[in-house]
Amino acid sequence: MKRELTCVACPLGCTITVELNENEVISVTGNTCKRGEAYAKTEITNPTRSLTSTVKVNGGILPVVPVKSDKPVPKDKMFECMKIINSASVDAPVKIGQVIIENILDTGADIVATNID
Amino acid sequence: MLNYDLVVVGGGPAGMAAALKANECGVKNIIVLERAETLGGILEQCIHTGFGLHYFGEELSGPEYAAKFIEQVEKTDIVVKTDTMVLDINDENVVTAVNKEDGLLKIQAKAIVLAMGCRERPRGALEISGTRASGIMTAGTAQKYVNLDGFMPGKKVVILGSGDIGLIMARRMTLEGAEVKVVCELMPYSGGLTRNIVQCLDDFGIPLRLSTTVVETHGKDRLEGVTIAQVDEKLQPIESTKEYIECDTLMLSVGLIPENELTKNVGIGIDRITNGAVVDEMRQTDHPGIFACGNVLHVHDLVDYVTLEAQLAGKGAADYILGNADNAPVYVNTTTGNGVRYLVPQRVNINNKDDVKLYFRVGQIYKNAKVVLECDGKIISSKKKVKLAPGEMENVVVPADVLASMTSDSSIVVRVEE
Repeated sequence: MKRELTCVACPLGCTITVELNENEVISVTGNTCKRGEAYAKTEITNPTRSLTSTVKVNGGILPVVPVKSDKPVPKDKMFECMKIINSASVDAPVKIGQVIIENILDTGADIVATNID
Repeated sequence: MLNYDLVVVGGGPAGMAAALKANECGVKNIIVLERAETLGGILEQCIHTGFGLHYFGEELSGPEYAAKFIEQVEKTDIVVKTDTMVLDINDENVVTAVNKEDGLLKIQAKAIVLAMGCRERPRGALEISGTRASGIMTAGTAQKYVNLDGFMPGKKVVILGSGDIGLIMARRMTLEGAEVKVVCELMPYSGGLTRNIVQCLDDFGIPLRLSTTVVETHGKDRLEGVTIAQVDEKLQPIESTKEYIECDTLMLSVGLIPENELTKNVGIGIDRITNGAVVDEMRQTDHPGIFACGNVLHVHDLVDYVTLEAQLAGKGAADYILGNADNAPVYVNTTTGNGVRYLVPQRVNINNKDDVKLYFRVGQIYKNAKVVLECDGKIISSKKKVKLAPGEMENVVVPADVLASMTSDSSIVVRVEE
């Protein structure tokens, strides 16, 4: 069986064809870099996404600071992660890279600030 | 009157990269004028990731990408004035600006880099009938509300236009608990990156309706709904396909307009397709010493390309200021062939010793087509492309040795072959 995917690893958006035997990946073609191959394999077996949002800041210049998951999180856990992110808050000053939520939902990903406030 | 070697108008990614490059090339006296309160430009509100993969080899969010340049600027002697609005540039390179601290500023520049970016096409540019209810806004405005101001502008959303900002906001609003009912696109294809359709719409089951537009808005104080309709080949709404959709928010992602009011006032030539200045390979306009780069020159899909382009402008400006520029350039215009909507740069100095990368966009979707570069009737390169789409900027390189063999009568043509 063949499945066609659009790679989301970078904005190039290569069209990747994955050949499958049941759930086992036999070959990956159409990608133009290694990240594409890795994306295709994960997308078939355990799709993940980078998650970005904002967290409330106490006493900062702006009311919120942008955050990201420092590793992709499982796609089906994104909304659960959002609930935790939306109930969190952090005191100013905030630094880029500062960990706001550690190991969110045991995914192994930290939620880190991506700007100062 | 203040004197600066280089005045950079705009402190977004383009302005910062141009200023840094000029500084690196030995220009001592540089000032960056920025309208907003901080450097960084639109990147500050683009909190999603995907920036920097080409340039830094890592996936950054907008603020992180901007921060890398802000940190570098802070380490140099480059003067930055934020909260400062440039009002005018005259043809003797005098920049007039205003801010609260200095009042009116007049700056004599040796060279100027225009890096004002672009703004969104507003509702007024579309012919949608209906009331002036609240809840109708551009996608970028909504992005500012959510990502910088920290509040949600609505709960039930319809998005018109499938440009990248619209797609990104569809995901952002969904993650924050809003219901994005549909994304309508007037054209038969999306104007956004394919990856954004996959990860912003498909991931959340948000329908994308192509060849569909919003024909009417409903509601008096607050938006209550919109009427959408499919369009025919002439992009005219088809009466029998009208459909009412209940919503409290309509976001528009219907194109970007380079902000070239200052450019036009100087009398600089404008390309009628890009709506940006006509430039050479160093991004110099037809007014000597004035350069343009980034989204004010043409709308880019990736900030990484903005950075690279701004570095060319910064290098060009430095050469001009330090007296290293070619005093007798020989220009050959670049010509758009079949399928190519525009080319930047629009002209190339053939005395230039380096390869020149031509950026372009296609006018429609092509599958398994070739991008052909033809110089003086000879095919220089022919590159196979699985897919070409109007939403994705492409490029082709004119090699230095080909330029070296040219004369002022030469031709450079880029076209798509199916």
